[in-house]
Amino acid sequence: MLTKRIIPCLDIKDGRTVKGINFESIRDAGDPVELAKLYSEQGADELVFLDITATIEKRKALVELVKRIASDINIPFTVGGGISTVEDVALLLQNGADKVSVNTAAYKNPQLIKDLSDAFGSQCVVLAIDTKKEADGQWYVYLDGGRTKTGTLTTGWAAKAVELGAGEILLTSMNNDGTRNGFAMDITAQLSNTLPVPVIASGGAGTMMHFKEVFQYANADAALAASIFHYKDIEIGSLKKYLAQQHIPVRL
Amino acid sequence: MIAIIKYNAGNVQSVQYALQRIGADSIVTDNVAEITSADKLIFPGVGHASPAMQYLRERKLDQLIISLKQPVLGICLGLQLMCKHSEEGNTQCLGIFDEAVKLFVPREGTESEVGKLKVPQIGWNNIYNFKSVLFDGLKEEDFVYAVHSYYAALGNETVATTDYIHPYSAALQKNNFYAVQFHPEKSGTVGETILKNFINIS
Repeated sequence: MLTKRIIPCLDIKDGRTVKGINFESIRDAGDPVELAKLYSEQGADELVFLDITATIEKRKALVELVKRIASDINIPFTVGGGISTVEDVALLLQNGADKVSVNTAAYKNPQLIKDLSDAFGSQCVVLAIDTKKEADGQWYVYLDGGRTKTGTLTTGWAAKAVELGAGEILLTSMNNDGTRNGFAMDITAQLSNTLPVPVIASGGAGTMMHFKEVFQYANADAALAASIFHYKDIEIGSLKKYLAQQHIPVRL
Repeated sequence: MIAIIKYNAGNVQSVQYALQRIGADSIVTDNVAEITSADKLIFPGVGHASPAMQYLRERKLDQLIISLKQPVLGICLGLQLMCKHSEEGNTQCLGIFDEAVKLFVPREGTESEVGKLKVPQIGWNNIYNFKSVLFDGLKEEDFVYAVHSYYAALGNETVATTDYIHPYSAALQKNNFYAVQFHPEKSGTVGETILKNFINIS
């Protein structure tokens, strides 16, 4: 049976992990490869590396990092952050990334999704959407790491992106992100139940029960979290055991 | 020496890294002499069946692959291209295996499956009913990572099974030809065991 995926997300700046606090078991929690190895050993199903490096020169460090990750880690990983051209993606995939995630650049130039899926297959094109529920009760697409509002509904953009060739949707709710009060159930369910491709829920994980709920009631295919794993509030192995007891199919 | 067959399909680098992790040297090549003289061959693949077959035919690699006598391991699209025919682009393939390659038709999940079964299948699934040395040392129901929209049906050459939407061939084997639908290079220690087993075939 296909299992639900648990995905830790690592923020990377200048080739180093931004949040990676006090892991006694590893030498250097600032080293993305060390942290990735630890998560992989704990049972993470995939990893996401989000590059938040501002300058183009320093982004070259990302390719070197991707090489190191691919040679050391034996599970799939996605790389995202500032990707805007087919050449960017070719370089990351050639060096061993399994998938890339695109966000703002794809919104501004939807043809990018089609170009990427034609060139490399939709299985490696993840569309990341930052979304916020406004006072009118609707979920809107935000760009530039949540700084720029658009008038576009998230459901519409997701459906269009899938038509263009996105193979997976990584949905982050800005209302929930950082709250630890649980995932955004309504929009996750809406996308997961209507789109033909897998949906990764992100933003708001605080307890193990939140993961159970997003799988069971919002039909998410995967769930992504960062700080609860980095701060060791939840250990991935324990989380997966808990989910198995709750009859959620997971890889143990 | 292990040769990874170079053609216009992805995941070559990942396969080479995985071999490195288990201590095996490999080369990536489309050179006939290098392919013919290799001890073992890996035929990887991520992408679309039709352009991949066209690429192989233009370089006559199709004839070369079917004539190989040493152990060959197809991975993902590699497995599908080793079958007779694929529904993807209605493509005539290499015909090493008799099984037909078909497109998954999505369906609603049962209660225990929790949620819709979408296409492509992306993620970790278990394999069982082992009938090949590839799986020596593994437990029935061990997990592997797969990403695919097309599958090879069950048949006489099936040597491992997976369930997604319905049972299908997780692995095929005939004479010196081996193939897996999933990605051993991305399947943690289980995948590494499978690659080691392949390398150790004598």
